[in-house]
Amino acid sequence: MSPVRELWKAMSAQRTELALAAFVGFLASASAIALLGTSAWLISRAAEMPPVLTLSVAAVMVRAFALGRAVFRYLERLLGHDAAFRGLSQLRVSLYRSLEAITPNGLAQFTRGDLISRLGADVDTAVDLPLRIVLPWAQAILVSIGTVAFLLWLLPTAGVVIGIVVLLALTVMPWLVGRTAAHAEARLAPGKAALANAVLASLTASPDLLVLGADRPALAAVHAHDERVTSLGRRESVALGLSGGTGTLFQGLAVVAALVITIPAVIDGRLPAVMLAVAALLPLALFDVLQTLPGSALAFHRLRGAAARLAEIHEAPADDSAQATGRPGEFTGLVVDNLRARWSGAEGDALAGVSLSIAPGERIAIVGPSGSGKSTLATVLMGFLKYDGSAVTCGSEIRALDGDDLRERIGMMEQSSHIFDTTIAANLRLGRLDSTDAEVWAALEEAQLAEWVRGLPLGLDTEVGAFGTRLSGGQQQRLALARLLLAQRELVILDEPTEHLDAQTAEQLDRTLFAATASRTAILITHRLVGLEAADRIYVLDGGRVIEHGTHEALMSRDGWYAAARRRQDEQRSMAELIDVLPVGIGVPVPPLARG
Amino acid sequence: MRPLDPRLLRYARSTRGFMVAAVLLGVVTAILVILQARALSTVIVDVTAHGFSLSEVGGLVLAVAALMGARAVLSWATEIAAFRSAAAVKEELRTAALTHALALGPNGPAGTDPAGVTTLVTRGVDALDAYFSRYLPQLVLAVIVPITVLLTLLGQDILSTVIVAITIPLIPLFMILIGMYTKSRVDRQWKTLAVLSGHFLDLVAGLPTLKIFGRAKSQAEAIAAVGDRYRSSTMGVLRISFLSSLALELLATLSVALVAVSVGLRLAEGQMAYGVALFVLLLAPEAYLPLRLVGQHFHAAAEGLGAAERIFAILETPLPSDGGVEMPSGAVTIDVTELGYTYAGHDEPALAPTTFTAQPGTVTALVGLSGGGKSTLINVLLGFLAPTTGDVRVDGSSLAEISSSSWRSSIGWVPQSPVLIADDLTENPTIAQVVRLGTPDATDSEVRTALADAGLAAEISALPLGLDTALNSDGSGLSRGQHQRLAIARALVRRPRVLLLDEPSAALDTESEDAVVAAVCAAAARGCTVIVVAHRPALVEIADQVVRVGAGVLA
Repeated sequence: MSPVRELWKAMSAQRTELALAAFVGFLASASAIALLGTSAWLISRAAEMPPVLTLSVAAVMVRAFALGRAVFRYLERLLGHDAAFRGLSQLRVSLYRSLEAITPNGLAQFTRGDLISRLGADVDTAVDLPLRIVLPWAQAILVSIGTVAFLLWLLPTAGVVIGIVVLLALTVMPWLVGRTAAHAEARLAPGKAALANAVLASLTASPDLLVLGADRPALAAVHAHDERVTSLGRRESVALGLSGGTGTLFQGLAVVAALVITIPAVIDGRLPAVMLAVAALLPLALFDVLQTLPGSALAFHRLRGAAARLAEIHEAPADDSAQATGRPGEFTGLVVDNLRARWSGAEGDALAGVSLSIAPGERIAIVGPSGSGKSTLATVLMGFLKYDGSAVTCGSEIRALDGDDLRERIGMMEQSSHIFDTTIAANLRLGRLDSTDAEVWAALEEAQLAEWVRGLPLGLDTEVGAFGTRLSGGQQQRLALARLLLAQRELVILDEPTEHLDAQTAEQLDRTLFAATASRTAILITHRLVGLEAADRIYVLDGGRVIEHGTHEALMSRDGWYAAARRRQDEQRSMAELIDVLPVGIGVPVPPLARG
Repeated sequence: MRPLDPRLLRYARSTRGFMVAAVLLGVVTAILVILQARALSTVIVDVTAHGFSLSEVGGLVLAVAALMGARAVLSWATEIAAFRSAAAVKEELRTAALTHALALGPNGPAGTDPAGVTTLVTRGVDALDAYFSRYLPQLVLAVIVPITVLLTLLGQDILSTVIVAITIPLIPLFMILIGMYTKSRVDRQWKTLAVLSGHFLDLVAGLPTLKIFGRAKSQAEAIAAVGDRYRSSTMGVLRISFLSSLALELLATLSVALVAVSVGLRLAEGQMAYGVALFVLLLAPEAYLPLRLVGQHFHAAAEGLGAAERIFAILETPLPSDGGVEMPSGAVTIDVTELGYTYAGHDEPALAPTTFTAQPGTVTALVGLSGGGKSTLINVLLGFLAPTTGDVRVDGSSLAEISSSSWRSSIGWVPQSPVLIADDLTENPTIAQVVRLGTPDATDSEVRTALADAGLAAEISALPLGLDTALNSDGSGLSRGQHQRLAIARALVRRPRVLLLDEPSAALDTESEDAVVAAVCAAAARGCTVIVVAHRPALVEIADQVVRVGAGVLA
């Protein structure tokens, strides 16, 4: 099925309303044509100077058609927009369902690009499908059939010839316009892409270019791309401009054809003389209606790109991990044995035989260099990634458990948890909808955010802004922590929650995290090793394997990866201590402390 | 929205030429419209009233064909001219915006939102195609055609002229009145539509989090419910705002009907000639058509003008002033006195008052917490920010008085995240090109020396292509440390008198860390004034003085 048809299927449940809109639109267009036709008849008949009374019906009709055209058009626009908005809403829901099914792993293939911004723009473009493509076409076809039918009745040869011209216009005009525009754009596209790359490169490097005095040559390089695009644009203007004029060309063809056929018919009496003006003017009016089609063809061309991208989302295969239906039993810890896992499309295993265990009430830390498989482990434990080997919790293999049920037992805090564009309270209650205010405040206390929230004029009802931008990075993570605590999961996984924070904020958050997880079963995934004395066990992952594990003391005496990394981080802390003793804002000799 | 922003004429000179062309083409179009109506009505009258045969009116039928053909060619020509002008205008706007954005430095739009500015000057201005090819010519026609038609009607029939003359000005009047009445509501509605789209995107972005909390499936209904709520309130507004086009259509069609009926009745009473009546009937709708089409193209035009307006906003941001004094040659002493900086609209200073003197041949280490003003201080030293308090003096002259190009040419700068590119922005620059950025005349041996000073000699000579090895556009294939050392070589090849180095806060490999320290020591030994932002003790240890940089108000 073509992407556009699929899109149409996803947003056209309001068939009746759309059909009604198309019909009312047809009435509007038909009124416009009838207005000119009746006026032409009225004047031609009047020229024969009949009793004025015989003209009164036509005079009333002329006014009625005038009124009808405007009113029907207004109704069409209302009905069409209402149906289009309903379709858009459906489209969002169906896109959301498709994305939900592939979250989180399938989502990665889309988020790599600019899914979010593209999704918004593509969905907005989709509104063109009913409004600028289907409705104009539906009424263009209906009104063409109506006009040609009338001409057939009036003078069969005229009907046939005009019918052929209309058919040609309906097929050739949009095809030609859409095709030439597509071709021209295809020829322009590489130049435009190169230009955009050059612009982005020069802007991204702007400080380097300015300080090194290389801004002029860089601008000249951009300008060279620009000139290429401009001269291409000049060359393609002949093709791009084709949409203007083709309508008038076909209109002229139809009018002249009508004259050539009807004039002899009038002369030899096959057609009453009053009908000549009608037959000549009807094509003129009909083609005024058909003038929207080249624009519609361009809209269709634009829509195809958006539809193809949206179809990619609809067609993305859902995770097969979603199929399991097992019910979890009582939580009795977690045992992982020889666990292997691989990301789809990846060459090697991200986890190549990991074994570890955690009993209720224990806290373990998982550390290691980036890319060692720490986050992959978290993904497996959350039921989001297939695995070989064994990972047992709540009396069952994780792969056999229903994902949503599993995640009622195991909770996770992500590297950058999403903060929703709503109030603090609503963000927190995402953890548990029915939590009382007292529970919410208790969670905030534990996350050490309560004092700050109390100080806000709107308190819990404060809006946090899109992506939580009205909060600092540390506050966002504290909010995410409170949300996780409120959810009361039996095992919590903290996946590098301080990754994107500056050193000072990270250290403060670390303290909160250690305090909050003290009485809980928790897995701390981290690259910050300070404070891990408090962990029951530390597992060091490298290349998807556990290379060493044990308590802090045991690992320090082993003098392996952990001990080396910890010493480096302690050195950083001594730097922080050095900074602490210095006076602010004044140059001083380097204190001996640092040299020690 | 102003139909034609005068700034467009000012910033994009190609617009002027196009306006002249559009007016000329518009006048010719208007004349063709009238001739066509004349020819068509004459044909019909000749046949129906005088009984002429096809061969007798053949010339006129050909004339109708020729006129319509000419109109088609003319509107094709208009679009061609429009696309050509649009291409030129886009280039003008793009060049101006880019040059200005670059000159505004990293604290301007180029630095804060490079991707946004790129989209604006590429895809954003493409919307001007529709503005030029559809809207502007139609706007010109909407002025010329009604006037020409009215003048022609005047010579034919006074009553019809009066009907058209009264109703035509009412159309823009009604549009403005209804537009004013609905504007604030429509604006608000567009905002709620944006909220609707935002709500959807927010949920999509938060899908992993929703799934972790088992809330993902239930949000589908929320999307439907929110969509429905916004749809009904939007329709409430559209019912009113579509009234403006209803009024427009009603005026246009009813006045055509009025003209038709009035000429028809007078014709029947023998007060008017058939030819005149038919001519008037054909002309009257032509007076309204361009006005109706202007409304149709309004939306596409607004998009292009919106992009142009955002470009004007960039262009109208004043450039920082640049002193004219040339740097004296020789060693450089930098005096920083009570230097502070507060961003506009902020209460707390980003850089608290700082005082130190950096002497030639010494190393000054700047330390402090992240977000604590170090990069603000560097930005002031680079001339990207003008201090809000205090002063930086270079060999006695205030930095504000020194020509920034002369100051920057004496600096070797190693940013924390250097961008390694060639000055022709080629996608895969070679090592030599990267090092020569800003120093195009450096010889191969100078480049090699700089690379050796940055501790890269062994690694480069191990490469089969040596200096001509191409780098990946995104810097992949190089370790962070090598990246940093290439930037050091790029700074050293300039033979700088001042070296500003921002040490990466993330750990480098030991080899690179040692190379950075060695390069800093060597530069100071050569008499360079060295200022480094230090994140690790190694760089502090070799410094002659250390400055703790802080933000906020000090007690």
